[in-house]
Amino acid sequence: MLKVAGVDAFYGQIQALKGIDLEVEEGSIVTILGANGAGKSTTMKVISGLLKPKKGKVTFLGKDITGLRPDQLIRKGIALVPEGRAMLAEMTVLENLEMGAYHRKDSEVDKDIAQVMERFSILKERKDQLAGTMSGGQQQMLAIARALLARPKLLLLDEPSMGLAPIIVADIFKMIKEINQSGTTVLLVEQNAKQALKIADYGYVLETGKLTTEANAKDLLEDTSIAEAYLGG
Amino acid sequence: MFLEQLINGITTGSIYAIVALGYTLVFGVLGIINMAHGEIFMFGAFMGVVITSTLGLPLWLAFVAAAVITAILGYLLERLALRPLRNRPDSHLAPLISTIGVSIFLENLADKLFGSGNHPVQNSLSEASFTIGSVNIYVVQIVIFCISIALMIALSYWLLKTKGGKALRATAENLETASLLGVNTKRVIMVTVVLASVIGGIAGILVGMAFSSVNPQMGLSFGLKGLAIIILGGMGNVKGAMVGGMILGLSETLVVALGYSGYRDAIAFIMIIVILLLRPQGLFGTKTA
Repeated sequence: MLKVAGVDAFYGQIQALKGIDLEVEEGSIVTILGANGAGKSTTMKVISGLLKPKKGKVTFLGKDITGLRPDQLIRKGIALVPEGRAMLAEMTVLENLEMGAYHRKDSEVDKDIAQVMERFSILKERKDQLAGTMSGGQQQMLAIARALLARPKLLLLDEPSMGLAPIIVADIFKMIKEINQSGTTVLLVEQNAKQALKIADYGYVLETGKLTTEANAKDLLEDTSIAEAYLGG
Repeated sequence: MFLEQLINGITTGSIYAIVALGYTLVFGVLGIINMAHGEIFMFGAFMGVVITSTLGLPLWLAFVAAAVITAILGYLLERLALRPLRNRPDSHLAPLISTIGVSIFLENLADKLFGSGNHPVQNSLSEASFTIGSVNIYVVQIVIFCISIALMIALSYWLLKTKGGKALRATAENLETASLLGVNTKRVIMVTVVLASVIGGIAGILVGMAFSSVNPQMGLSFGLKGLAIIILGGMGNVKGAMVGGMILGLSETLVVALGYSGYRDAIAFIMIIVILLLRPQGLFGTKTA
């Protein structure tokens, strides 16, 4: 479904990605693991169109999408929930959800918003509250719900568990699993490697801008060297 | 006497408010001060002179002409002076300088096109007035007030309730997030600059009507007052621009009524000093880290 081939990316003079190759199969959950600064978020930025790669090619559903803008990519079915959730803090919860469906012109937007609020009752209770006033976990739910309203084929999640209490982290991972089961392909970047591998089908490990390991998630979980480096022993 | 001054103050204040709106919209979305806004406003004012006084055409046509001309100026400003400088490391300073350049260019262009010095504004409404009790009210004041209020209500409604308005607010808050949600931020920026310019142009005609005279240098003084208002109300804050404009208009009129007319133009700057000392984020602004 998604194919990244030989991608180099830079921040100014600094090279953040060196020849990244990865693939995401339709219907799967794929996770990218790695330490801080390894280039995980940069990879997500390239796929979602926030950062133009200097070299290499990104294809989605057989079409070259390299260098397209984020607002063009969401129309093709790629949605990113960025690191830090990127709330529109000065807009209400309902307005955030409406903005999630911004590019859609079909008549089912209102129905979908109502459905999302049924599913996450906290969003319904607080629909007229400013998004910036909600707790971290609620904001993460809103961010994911907002991305789902775009009806993406591929959902990119950058560190969805960051800064959240363990019990909420478990909720978030359960939610990601459910989203995947309802037919959305997921590419997940996580610090929380163990949890990520438990729900993922396939995993990549990034180190200082290069891919070092890739394998089925189950094998990565059992790989002792990976365990030592990223799973906290 | 007091009521007449109050009406004067409200009229002036509502014009100031819509001058300030142009600054605050652009600042909200782009984070820059558009120093050419005052000169675009002046071009709007001259459309009033050309259409009504020189050509003797009806007033509504002046509004149409001002909107068209200032929309074109806004488009060119964004295309030639702002867009090429975006994504530079000095992205706040460079556009400030380039808009100052545009303002000098427009002021001199107006001088060549329309001639220097004051141009009287004459139209069918100029002298019409009526009296309620002992209070004399000019029809022009009612017209200015109604148009300003209608413009502010329409803009607020657009920003709060429509898809385009929400896209603008989202872009103002976080350009990257807005684009991830599918907003073509380039287009939103263009719409914002054009919209701000058209609002400025309409304000220009209203000022011509209120003060019965326009000149190519008027952009600077009104521009500086507009800046003072958004500092008072909170940079990028729409409500702040409206309330700030009213406060400035009323206090200027009050100072004149008290007999200190020489200090009238100083009020705006005294307000900046006071607000920066007491509440630097402005009346409606929020503190940023």
